[in-house]
Amino acid sequence: MTTPSTTDRPGKIDARPVRHPGRWVAIAVILVIIAMMVSSAVTNPRWDWGFALEVMRQNPVLEGLVKGTLLGTLGSMVIGVALGVVMAVMRLSGNPVLRGVSFAYTWFFRSVPRYVLLATMGSLGYLYPVLDLGVPFGQAAGLTFAQVDVNALSNMLVFGILGLGLSEAAYMAEIARAGILSVDQGQTEAAQALGMSPGRTMWRIVLPQAMRVIVPPTGNETIAMVKDTSLLLAMSITTELFFQTQAIGTRTLKIMPAYVAAVLWYLVVCSILMVGQAWLERYFGRGFGAAPQKAKQELTKIGADH
Amino acid sequence: MSTTTDLPLVHAVNVTKSFHGNEVLKGIDMDVRKGEVVVLLGPSGSGKTTFLRCINQLETIDGGLIWVDGDLMGYEDRGGTLHRLTDKRIAAQRRDIGMCFQRFNLFPHKTVLENIVEAPVQVKGMSRKEAEVRARDLLEQVGMSDKPSAYPSQLSGGQQQRVAIARALAMDPKLMLFDEPTSALDPELVGEVLKVMRDLAQGGMTMIVVTHEMGFAREVADRVVFMDGGVVVEEGPPSQVITAPQHGRTRAFLSRMRQEEQAHARAVAEVVSAESAALDDAPAEE
Ligand SMILES: Nc1ncnc2c1ncn2[C@@H]1O[C@H](COP(=O)(O)OP(=O)(O)OP(=O)(O)O)[C@@H](O)[C@H]1O
Ligand SMILES: [Mg+2]
Repeated sequence: MTTPSTTDRPGKIDARPVRHPGRWVAIAVILVIIAMMVSSAVTNPRWDWGFALEVMRQNPVLEGLVKGTLLGTLGSMVIGVALGVVMAVMRLSGNPVLRGVSFAYTWFFRSVPRYVLLATMGSLGYLYPVLDLGVPFGQAAGLTFAQVDVNALSNMLVFGILGLGLSEAAYMAEIARAGILSVDQGQTEAAQALGMSPGRTMWRIVLPQAMRVIVPPTGNETIAMVKDTSLLLAMSITTELFFQTQAIGTRTLKIMPAYVAAVLWYLVVCSILMVGQAWLERYFGRGFGAAPQKAKQELTKIGADH
Repeated sequence: MSTTTDLPLVHAVNVTKSFHGNEVLKGIDMDVRKGEVVVLLGPSGSGKTTFLRCINQLETIDGGLIWVDGDLMGYEDRGGTLHRLTDKRIAAQRRDIGMCFQRFNLFPHKTVLENIVEAPVQVKGMSRKEAEVRARDLLEQVGMSDKPSAYPSQLSGGQQQRVAIARALAMDPKLMLFDEPTSALDPELVGEVLKVMRDLAQGGMTMIVVTHEMGFAREVADRVVFMDGGVVVEEGPPSQVITAPQHGRTRAFLSRMRQEEQAHARAVAEVVSAESAALDDAPAEE
């Protein structure tokens, strides 16, 4: 043991950092694997990158991307988030009727697979070729307000968006509920003590703070929804990215390059969404000190998991 | 300082409250006149917090009645039958009662100014501009005018509590309730909050304060109420209750408080002397 000298006080630290030889080995292995992949991608003509890029730019593919995939995601997530938050608030309300309705809703839509739900909804026209909206049992008396042609609707995008949105709301309800419960009870009490009504307290004080917890999983849900729009085919909706690329692949017998085109588009869309998610997290994390930074790290981790 | 008017501002009669069969308040009677400052003392678990929360209906009471400024809290008397008020109307009753919490409970996603402006704009429908002018006055009053755009997490506990007081005052309450406003604070921050409260009392605000700060009780309170086990054991001017308590339970509580205060003072003194000793030693090392 060396005795510290009392006259010579230690100055700026100049020490060797910890060595990480394992990392260098890992980097070498990864580089080799990447080189192998690149070489096969370049040398094997069946990849046909040129054709894949060509497919990505085809009009039907672009239309499918914009309408079925992007619009489908946007629409179903809007329905899902809005209805999900309503369901969560209902689930946590003091009103037993609202609690029951919310419970039954989430129970049903979480139990039915999305593909099955869409296929079933697509066939509703079999039960109700024409839907009458009016007073129950009032058809004979002419008490019908509106008529909907279900068969005509069943393979329209709106109907698909509705189906995905209804399903999503059940998951969003659980996420929103967890978010609302994560807000300290003292916040509600402080708002109530100031004379704020329960609705205003929820909207102005609790939900904005719950967003911090709600946004990261909602980002994941959105990204999952981009991919789930490919299920719209269950409803015979064909204006959708994967169906359109696949159709070109089957027609030209270049199936693999067509799939690659779909994969590349999904990668582009999801990457952009992840950037948007990071921005939202920063916005709703304001006033919480270091939390946004932590959430961002969390996000990169989630991104790595997928 | 207390002005004598006929009707007390707070009139609580035989208030009882149980949690899951555990009776926490066992028939509390309390009148607080306009402009009066009442300090509520009592050991932990005696029901002080619960009683404060009953006054502004954060808890519903099981028995008894509470009037604040002539309004029956939580109920409406229609021809001799009590009808429970809707949540909206209870919210309206709370507007005139300010409350400060032990843990401040500022809104963390809003700046200091937004915290204060929120209720006047949302509840009273005041214009944002008007509310902000008023908020800046209030921040001045609590000595926080230099930090209107800070977030609560950027403030010390004492600063947060002063903002919380300003937030409550922004609704122009007739009554202020304080639940141990300084007990979550570091000792050196207690004084700044007590000063704001003292100024408020001097300005004629009616206040019910739960606190263990004996100095504040002695100097500022018009009346001290000692609670234990869900009942009021003893009440009177501080000179009587604190200096010459009549009841055995009050005496026991006060002597325990005094011991704690002394132990605390000793601990602080030890820390201070240890620190100054370390400071004295420091130059010797060079
Ligand atoms: N929400 C609740 N549910 C169940 N029991 C409760 C609840 N709130 C308070 N109590 C109980 O009521 C009793 C009185 O609590 P209260 O908080 O009013 O005491 P207090 O006098 O404020 O004590 P302290 O000085 O520790 O703050 C305690 O025994 C407590 O456990
Ligand atoms: Mg308490």
